[in-house]
Amino acid sequence: MANVITITSGKGGVGKTTATANLGTALAQRGCKVAVVDADIGLRNLDVVMGLENRIVYDLVDVVEGQCRLRQALIKDKRLPELYLLPAAQTRDKNAVDPKDMIKLCDQLREDFDFVLIDSPAGIEQGYKNAVAPADQVIVITTPEVSAVRDADRIIGLLESAEKRSPRLVINRLKPSMVKRGDMMDTADVLEILAIELLGIVPEDDSIVVSTNRGEPVALNGKTRAGMAFQNIARRLLGDEVPFPEFNDGPGLLGRLWGFVRSRPIDFKARN
Amino acid sequence: MPNTSVVIKGTKDGLSIALDPAVPLGDAANELTGRLTEALSFFHGARVVLDVGPRAMSESDWQRLQGVLSRSQIVLHSVVAEDEASRQAARAAGLHAAPPPARARPAQSRGAHAEVHTVGILIRRTLRSGAAERHTGHVVVLGDLNPGAEVVAGGDVVVWGSLRGVVHAGCMGDQEAVVCALYLAPTQLRLAGLVARPPDRGEGRPLGPEMARIRDGAIVVEAWDRAKR
Repeated sequence: MANVITITSGKGGVGKTTATANLGTALAQRGCKVAVVDADIGLRNLDVVMGLENRIVYDLVDVVEGQCRLRQALIKDKRLPELYLLPAAQTRDKNAVDPKDMIKLCDQLREDFDFVLIDSPAGIEQGYKNAVAPADQVIVITTPEVSAVRDADRIIGLLESAEKRSPRLVINRLKPSMVKRGDMMDTADVLEILAIELLGIVPEDDSIVVSTNRGEPVALNGKTRAGMAFQNIARRLLGDEVPFPEFNDGPGLLGRLWGFVRSRPIDFKARN
Repeated sequence: MPNTSVVIKGTKDGLSIALDPAVPLGDAANELTGRLTEALSFFHGARVVLDVGPRAMSESDWQRLQGVLSRSQIVLHSVVAEDEASRQAARAAGLHAAPPPARARPAQSRGAHAEVHTVGILIRRTLRSGAAERHTGHVVVLGDLNPGAEVVAGGDVVVWGSLRGVVHAGCMGDQEAVVCALYLAPTQLRLAGLVARPPDRGEGRPLGPEMARIRDGAIVVEAWDRAKR
């Protein structure tokens, strides 16, 4: 029986699709049977990142509407025999599917796979609700930026009120050199606000851009820094204890902004 | 505060506004206008019930009060009146009217200020971005109040955790209201009618628990151990 994991973030452009493709790849490399599902209907990307765009015949909406069987819509990865993609429809929108459809679809997938990874669209509306409804686990992804962390916090609050199991966090695009200089939030700054379990830290890596454009997930090459980080996350998902590499040793952005001393009472400037 | 003819309370169904039947309607309506202006943010989006007690009300009396409320953009959910004729007049004015609940009406002799301080809620979780809590009494949060979350309270607000969001204490005009937190770093702080934000250039992060209160017409933040209670 598969584990259904949804990858979501609230904010767009923080790396949901990249993470889905790479975690799917890394898990499949470890011998797991994996289905990655693109729930971003109308703005599909996962197929492009995985280099499978030209193989799409049927999509998720076709399956939901009964135009084809699930097996017909699943695309086998060109490199890894245990990895499959269920693409999103490009010509429809989020309202073509509802949470019940997604639960039913994932229940079908559970029978044949070890992991089902769902790539959520940005936002907190219908598309997000569809993506989260069938999840056993949720991975919230953020970058070390105040706005992304704010949106991640909102998502975590929504998941808590939906009584989902507490989500785990991936911090993406961390730049150790900027953290060292105190120009970027560090892991501790992010965790202080979000206060959920850390699943992984992915450092900023130019090879992501190259691999995304080529349609070859970076996790295929475990020598890149980002690829290694995704491999580590996959191992943690499988229950391994993998230590977190030490990326931060500066005061972090928040620490620097606040300074260090606050010895006297502060008069807040009052406005009426 | 001399506000005794209008009592605003939080109930499990929303907000209840009760008018003292001994005060002439015109005075009560004027005071209501004042109280609503003080506490506008509190009523925003709330479900409001108006209770006139045994007062005899005509259709035009109801319309007058409706006018006061609608100027503050408050839509009445329903009204409560002991007198059947008053209820009929209310229905004629297009309101949903009900007799008072079987339970005895609380004594109104103590006035609004005391009333506000008799109730409070404990929120036993972290309020994350997007969460909003409103209460006429005190609010205690056992957890953090994150940026993007908001608490509006008639009384005091205590956060047993980090306060990084927006808090409004004493939102109905209580100058004595305070805000305490283990780590007080709000996006914005409001006490009664005052608004404060932390300085744009950080003056250092809090080292320990702090309390914000109004002193000489300004919001002041002090370390908890030095606060003179």
